[in-house]
Amino acid sequence: MTNPNEGTTVTSKTAIPSLADVAQQGTERGSADAPTKVDVTELSFFYGQKQALEQVTIAIPVNQVTALIGPSGCGKSTFLRTLNRMNDIIPGARVEGKVSIDGDDIYGFGTDVVELRRRVGMVFQKSNPFPKSIYDNVAYGLRINGMAESHSELDDRVESSLKAAALWEEVSDRLRESALALSGGQQQRLCIARALAVQPEVLLMDEPASALDPIATQRIEELVYQLKSEYTIVIVTHNMQQAARVSDRTAVFWLGKLVEYGRTSQIFTAPTEKLTEDYVTGRFG
Amino acid sequence: MTDTAPRASRHFEEELEHLKERLLVMAGGAEEQVRAAVQSLVDRDYALAERVLAGDAPINQLHLEIDERCFQLLALQQPMATDLRVVVSGVKINSDLERIGDFAVNIAEATLGYLEHPAVKPLIDIPRMAEIAQGMLRDALNAYVRQDMALAQEVLDRDDSLDHLKDQVFRELLSFMLSDPSVTEQSLGLILISRHLERIGDHATNIAEEAIFIVSGLDVRHHGQEGNAVRES
Repeated sequence: MTNPNEGTTVTSKTAIPSLADVAQQGTERGSADAPTKVDVTELSFFYGQKQALEQVTIAIPVNQVTALIGPSGCGKSTFLRTLNRMNDIIPGARVEGKVSIDGDDIYGFGTDVVELRRRVGMVFQKSNPFPKSIYDNVAYGLRINGMAESHSELDDRVESSLKAAALWEEVSDRLRESALALSGGQQQRLCIARALAVQPEVLLMDEPASALDPIATQRIEELVYQLKSEYTIVIVTHNMQQAARVSDRTAVFWLGKLVEYGRTSQIFTAPTEKLTEDYVTGRFG
Repeated sequence: MTDTAPRASRHFEEELEHLKERLLVMAGGAEEQVRAAVQSLVDRDYALAERVLAGDAPINQLHLEIDERCFQLLALQQPMATDLRVVVSGVKINSDLERIGDFAVNIAEATLGYLEHPAVKPLIDIPRMAEIAQGMLRDALNAYVRQDMALAQEVLDRDDSLDHLKDQVFRELLSFMLSDPSVTEQSLGLILISRHLERIGDHATNIAEEAIFIVSGLDVRHHGQEGNAVRES
């Protein structure tokens, strides 16, 4: 009898990987091998006399989600805002230390802050669409940055941004309607689309889902997961389960200091520091 | 502390304590079953062996109850860090204890078969194995409840002596069977019993490993092979 497979060169070696090989492939979320995107060295921050951050040193990896957690007033939002110099507008604010993105010192002389904020986009706790149409909200940054040369290019950019923010299918037939008519969850995704439109490299999210219901929250979390393949994401959240679900690495802040920073899987199962243990198990104070 | 961060409530603390208490009750039951099973063999006590067979039902009931408790705690309290390790390890320890209960039943069943025949030899090593296995089980549970790493490590170290005794029992009975094939059935029964006691020791070892995991977050199973540690080195 002729073997119908005769002549083909399927060997068991290539077709069926050994169990040992498969076992080796079990990889961890948030591998430590990812190169650093945002490198923060001994960063201190002062609101006038009050010191809000003390000597924070942290390397934020590219294309991963880094969650910042800690009790209110621990400095995590202040830290987030130092990454695109949003704190510059606060009178009396002062920064010491170094923050570099891809090696560029963002507090260095000659930094173009507008360009920095294009590279480092931000989404806030409370969605803040402009009182304009859905289309104009997304097109706003593109127009003021002169990032589209034609109407059709602008249309394309608006569409791709809305798609990236998982909002396109819900709004494609009413782009000219007011953004304020959208639901809370849709408004927040619109703000994400607006941030993505100017093609940032880093996306800062300050409690982006804290005002949303569980379904809208889930959509934002899913979006964060999808976006990390293209962006480096830093997210502040009070919701520990959310940090555990969406992030690869977690940084724990306490009284302006970085207490612990590591793989999310480690921080929530076997933290090294007592303060982290107390915070994630809810036994603070 | 923020308003939105979960607090470890008094209720949750009580639930965790209750979980540990129920595991201790189950461990006490399993240990007693092992003791009674071996006692029935040593004393050639049919009735006691029968009681061991009937005694498995409450252990199985606790097995289901504790699993349910752990599921509820995971679903409703979403524990983190040490709390998470206590609950997940609770699930595993629960299974280990249930298996130990089953081995006690296996020993009692083998005893009932063994008692059909005259004794092959005076029993020395098997009662010793039973004593070691029960001690390992007791200490592993104490290590879990008291979060005592040193005691847990001691349990791990004791497992070798159990393995050694099992091999000794096997060699001795093999020589008996070779010299007198008429004792084969009884000898095989005793070999099986020694094997069950050795397996009980293995499950006690698992519990001790869980105790170490709870305290330190370090996974020492399979000799702590690379990649097992939850913590970064």
